[in-house]
Amino acid sequence: MARLIVYYAHPGHKYSHVNKYMARAAGAVDGITFVDLYRDYPRFDIDVNVEQRRLVEHDVVLFQFPMFWYSTPSIIKEWEDLVLEHGFAYGAGGENLAGKQMMLAVTAAGPDDAYRHEGYQHYPIRTFLTPLEQTARLCKMHFPAPYVLYSSLKAPAAGLVEPHVDGYVRLLEAIRDDRYDFAAAERMNVVHFDTLPVGEEG
Amino acid sequence: MDGFLLLAFLFLAAGVVAVPIASRLGLGSVLGYLIAGIAISPLLQQLHVDVVSIQHFAEFGVVMMLFLVGLELEPRMLWSMRDKLLGLGGLQVAVTAAAIMGIAMLLGQPWSIALAVGLVLSLSSTAIVLQTLNEKGLMKCDGGQSSFSVLLFQDIAVIPMLAFIPLLALPELADMAVASAEHGGEGDHGSMSLVERLDGWQRALVTVGAIGLVVVGGSYLTRPVFRFIAIARLRELFTAFALLLVIGIALLMIVVGLSPALGTFLAGVVLANSEYRHELESDIDPFKGLLLGLFFITVGAAIRFDLLFANLGGVVAMTLGLIALKALILYALSRIFSITGADRWLFTLGLAQAGEFGFVLLSFTVASSVIPTALAQQLLLVVTLSMLLTPLLFIIYDKLIAPRFAATGSRQADEIEEQGSVIVAGHGRFGGIVNRILLSAGFKTVVLDYQSEQLEVLRKFGIKVYFGDAMRPDLLHAAGIGEAKMLVIAIDERESATELVRYVTENYPHVYIVVRALDRHHVYELWNAGARDIIREHFDSSLRAGRSALEALGVHPYDAERQVRGFVLNDREQMYQLASVFNPDIPAHENAEYVEKTKKFLERYEQAMRGTSAAFGSRLDRGWVPPSLDDVEAEEQAAESGQREDSDFKCQANGPGT
Repeated sequence: MARLIVYYAHPGHKYSHVNKYMARAAGAVDGITFVDLYRDYPRFDIDVNVEQRRLVEHDVVLFQFPMFWYSTPSIIKEWEDLVLEHGFAYGAGGENLAGKQMMLAVTAAGPDDAYRHEGYQHYPIRTFLTPLEQTARLCKMHFPAPYVLYSSLKAPAAGLVEPHVDGYVRLLEAIRDDRYDFAAAERMNVVHFDTLPVGEEG
Repeated sequence: MDGFLLLAFLFLAAGVVAVPIASRLGLGSVLGYLIAGIAISPLLQQLHVDVVSIQHFAEFGVVMMLFLVGLELEPRMLWSMRDKLLGLGGLQVAVTAAAIMGIAMLLGQPWSIALAVGLVLSLSSTAIVLQTLNEKGLMKCDGGQSSFSVLLFQDIAVIPMLAFIPLLALPELADMAVASAEHGGEGDHGSMSLVERLDGWQRALVTVGAIGLVVVGGSYLTRPVFRFIAIARLRELFTAFALLLVIGIALLMIVVGLSPALGTFLAGVVLANSEYRHELESDIDPFKGLLLGLFFITVGAAIRFDLLFANLGGVVAMTLGLIALKALILYALSRIFSITGADRWLFTLGLAQAGEFGFVLLSFTVASSVIPTALAQQLLLVVTLSMLLTPLLFIIYDKLIAPRFAATGSRQADEIEEQGSVIVAGHGRFGGIVNRILLSAGFKTVVLDYQSEQLEVLRKFGIKVYFGDAMRPDLLHAAGIGEAKMLVIAIDERESATELVRYVTENYPHVYIVVRALDRHHVYELWNAGARDIIREHFDSSLRAGRSALEALGVHPYDAERQVRGFVLNDREQMYQLASVFNPDIPAHENAEYVEKTKKFLERYEQAMRGTSAAFGSRLDRGWVPPSLDDVEAEEQAAESGQREDSDFKCQANGPGT
């Protein structure tokens, strides 16, 4: 069994259309660790020791958040700045995260076709996520394809919230039960609820 | 009695008139007093006042001054000064005395007279120099410290000189000398001695015993006595005890044949670490000031102008020669001891005069038949004149020398000067926490509290606190408000805190004030008094309690945090608005405008709570509210049709709430 930790970050939790259901569902999955960063650190005083211990004790680190201005909500940046210390996460003696998986579960307001060169967001979504991808690389972590929902504001009307949340739960359980094909995921661009590389039991 | 009142009136009036004028003209208080003395000297002569005996009495001001200097010096600091004290001080006295002796012998004086004159003139004026250094804030710089070392050595050296001088005279006249010295009065050094008839070893034993008594008594006895006195809660008792302490030590020193100045200085050093230090300082300070003022007046008044004019050229020449010679030696010493820049000149010019101990020694030499009366009177004039010229030398330093070094930046004062500290008034639950935070960040604090029981508890934990009521301007002054950067007011009494704010903002506008308010109306009062950083006593803890309550009721901690922040902003705005209509002279509920504004706020608040207005907490909801579905459609269409306006990107990209 892989040890999975989910870091959830949404400062406007109560206005959320999708993420709060994902968070609620993730919190209910047995055998994984779920952390609501804004709940644990409402005043941003992140406990570096606690967080580093959590990282050491898990194999898969998953950040779940809505895309804000082509980036993460601010607390994740704060968390990175403080927790991923030189000598712990990277640099001389910083081998604590080597070989682990860093995964993302993000929602984006724009539609699928906006995230391409001809689209109005001009870049594919993976481009916006390269800071995290390179962070993972520097820490010698794997970076499998992120779990993405486009057009998230329209998702409730389109009836996509439920399948996305269900897919999220399947994803988390598969990781927990070692049924998630990380090798395949690493070759993919993004994964959706209907393209999850989940293998059979075992 | 009438005579005493008349004299007191005369001296006080002269000082009150002359000193402000002198200060205004930039001459300093010392010159002011000296001029006042000269001005009233004809009157005193008419009244047949014995100026010299008043002078001896006033010399006690020097003793008090050394006590105060000692209070500022911790034993550790004194120990670190030992090289300067012995080396610089010893060399100054020895070299100057030898040089003057040589010149006097060249002028045809016999060696015994020449030596006595050398000793007398080698001393400088502790009273003038320390007073001036303190006034100008130069005590802490290198030049000030060196000057002080020399002066302290001189004050100590007076004692062996008094013992030595009679040896230069005919033995059968020694009895007369003792009688004359006793006539001198309280301030006279070396009289009243009870140890003269003792053997050397007994004397040494008594001396050691007396110093031991001062050190041990200062360390262990003052505290219980102060605690005992504190029971009465009467201010004047502290003053009485402080005076008793200083006079008692001076008496003890005189009895065992030591310098009273040295004794009280030592007591001051011993008490420098005591929590009652500032209390003692503020009690003694006015007496010291008055006595020194009186002393300077008598110096001015004692000038015998008839004698002066009889030999004006000679006296002036001798005075200038003396100052030049002493300055030369001081300058040479400052090179050896590597005192540099403006400090060297401060040291050189500051100590170039002869001093008040010169008066004592001169009368003593005359009584001991060492120096003939006529010569002694000339020398008396030289000493006086050189003292009179000292303020002028300081003016030269101030106006010509210091600016030059300040401009070239070679002055080293900053290195030694203490950084401005923080005064914390009141070390209760509130002030205590503020103090701990300041200390942990490495700032220097002076804590004042007037509950002596609490002080002792705190002292046991190594927290430096001083006994004293911060409401007293003199104590605040002693605690260093003049140099402080900040005052934290955490005293329990509402009116007192407001008064203190008013006093400090008016008199020390450079001091930043952080003050605790007891409630909302107190905030307005403090604001009116001039405070701008006002912390309500229970406000922050109430906010935290409110936040805890929200969290416990299931509100997301981050939402609770933002809710509380919004409350704070809203409350502050309300405070600002109401402060403008608050009038401390009208009770809030009778102030129509205040009541009206408060009502409006409550109305807005209620509307917001019922959701009919966005007033309260509108700031909370600004962040992370997603655009509506219609907005999304419109923007997507706009984006697709190529109208790439910035606003489109913002909404889309920000697209939160998903």
